[in-house]
Amino acid sequence: MTVLVSIADLSVTYRRAPQPALSGVSLDIEAGEILAIIGESGSGKSTLARAIAGLLPERTSVAGRLAWPGLDGAPRAGRDIGYVFQDPGSSLNPVLTIGEQVGEGARRHLGLDRRAAEAEAVRLLGRVHLPEPERIARAYPHQLSGGQRQRVAIAAAIAARPRLLIADEVTSALDVLVQAAIVELLVELVRADGMTLVFVTHDLALASGIADRVAVMAGGRLVELGPTAEVVGLPRAAETAALVAAHIDLATPPLIGEAS
Amino acid sequence: MTEQLLVARDLSRSFTSGGRHVLALDGVSLTVAPGETLGLVGGSGCGKSTLARVLTRLVAPEAGSIAFMGEDWLALEGAHLRAARRHMQMVFQDPLAAFNPRATVGGVIADALRIHAVVPRGERAGEVARLIDRVGLPSDLLGRSIRDISGGQRQRVAIARAISVRPRLVILDEAVSALDVSVRGRILELLVGLQRETGVGYLFVSHDLAVVRAVSHRIAVMAAGRIVEEGPAARVIAAPSSDVLIDLIGAVPRLNRNPRS
Repeated sequence: MTVLVSIADLSVTYRRAPQPALSGVSLDIEAGEILAIIGESGSGKSTLARAIAGLLPERTSVAGRLAWPGLDGAPRAGRDIGYVFQDPGSSLNPVLTIGEQVGEGARRHLGLDRRAAEAEAVRLLGRVHLPEPERIARAYPHQLSGGQRQRVAIAAAIAARPRLLIADEVTSALDVLVQAAIVELLVELVRADGMTLVFVTHDLALASGIADRVAVMAGGRLVELGPTAEVVGLPRAAETAALVAAHIDLATPPLIGEAS
Repeated sequence: MTEQLLVARDLSRSFTSGGRHVLALDGVSLTVAPGETLGLVGGSGCGKSTLARVLTRLVAPEAGSIAFMGEDWLALEGAHLRAARRHMQMVFQDPLAAFNPRATVGGVIADALRIHAVVPRGERAGEVARLIDRVGLPSDLLGRSIRDISGGQRQRVAIARAISVRPRLVILDEAVSALDVSVRGRILELLVGLQRETGVGYLFVSHDLAVVRAVSHRIAVMAAGRIVEEGPAARVIAAPSSDVLIDLIGAVPRLNRNPRS
C-alpha cells in the first residue's frame, strides 16, 4: 500500500479555545482507501478533516506533522484535495449558476477555457447522476433540492480530479433515502477514479457499509483505528463500544411494548 | 376502544412554489389515542412537516376537519384557542430556532408555566427545578443562556418546556434527527418514560424509520401528500405494501459486522 498522507502527532488548538480540539493524532491514510472518521459532536473529527485539507482558520495553533509522500510538495486545496461540506446551501454561491461554480475548478486547475469548462461542468453534473445536466448547469442553487445541491457540491469537488476527496458529514442534512443514494455515488466515483475518500460521519452504521478502515475519535484523540469489520465487530475502545450500542436499526428491540 | 385524543379527517393543503401548484396534503386522515405514539414517516417533501404544521394550526388546511380532545380544533379562536393550545405542544428539529436567543434555560420553562398559569406563582421556581431534573439536566444549567449549551441539552430544554404545561399531545417533528446517537438514545428513553408517567400522546414525525419503529405503537407512511399505509408498527414493517416503505426499509443503515475481504 502507498501512503498518501502521513499524520504524525497532530495537535490543534483553536484561537482562544481553552483546550485543544485535537491531541496527538497519528495516522497514515493509504492511497485508494475509503477511511471513515467517526465520532460524536466535539470529538475532533471535522478538525482532523480540516487539518488534512489545510482549511483550519488563521491563527490556529497546530503542532505535529503532515507529510504527503505521494505528492510533489504540499497539496493544493481544490486541486489535490476536494472537500464536500455538510450544508451545500452554504458552500455553494447563491448568485452563480451551477455550471459556473462546477466549472470553476476545471478552469483554474486544469487550464480549460470558459467554453471547455462549461462543457466539463455539464459532463460532471451527468457523472453525479443529476437529470438534464444542461438545464441544471443554467440553474441557481436555490432552485435545487438539498440532495441535488449535495450532488452539485460533489461535482465541484471532483472537478480538478483530486487525489483525495473529503466528505464531511455530507449526508447529515438529508433524508435517509437521499443519504443512501449520495453514499452510493461517492463510492462509485472514488472507485472509478482511484481516488482516496475520507468519509467523516457521526453514523457508524453508514460508515460500516462503505469504509475499508474506521478511525474513531473522542475528546480530540484517536481512540481506535482498524479494518471496519474488526472495529465494528470487536470494538476495543469504550467509545467505539458505546457507538455500537447506541445504533438503532430494524432489529433493535423497540423501547415500547406493542399496542394492545 | 379508548376515546381518541386527535382525529384528523381528509386534510388538504396546497402551496404555489416557483409557479407550480403543489398539493402538500391530499386528503390525510389520522388518529392518535391518549398514551399512544403514532410514527409518521416519509422522505423529504412528502408533506409530513406540513401535516405537523396544519395540526398545530401554524398553517391552515384548505379542506378537512380536526377534532382535538373532542372539540372542533379548527373552529377555536382567541382565548379559547390559546387555552387549548396548552394541550398540544410541538418540539422541532432545531431547538435554537425555536427559542428566544437571549433567553436562559430557566427563563424558557418559567415563561411557559407563567403564560399557561400551570402552577401558582410561588411554586413556579420549584416546578422549573423539578422539570429540569426530570429531563436529566443539572440545576446549574438554569441560569445559562440557551445558546451556551449543547444541542442535546437544548433539545432536553425544548422537551421540558413542552411537557411543563402538561399537554395531552406532543408533536415531535424530526426532534432527534440532529442529535448524536448516544444523546438520541437517551432522549428517546426520556420521551417513552414521560409517556408512561403521564399518558401523553405523541405524533413522532421523522424520515428515520428505525427510530420511528423504536418508539411508535402505530406507523403511518406518507408519500406525495397522502398516507399510503398505516398500522401497528411491527406489522407495517414486517409486511410493507407501498414502494416508499420498501425503499425506507432498504435505506436503514445496518452495522456491517462481517469482514468484507
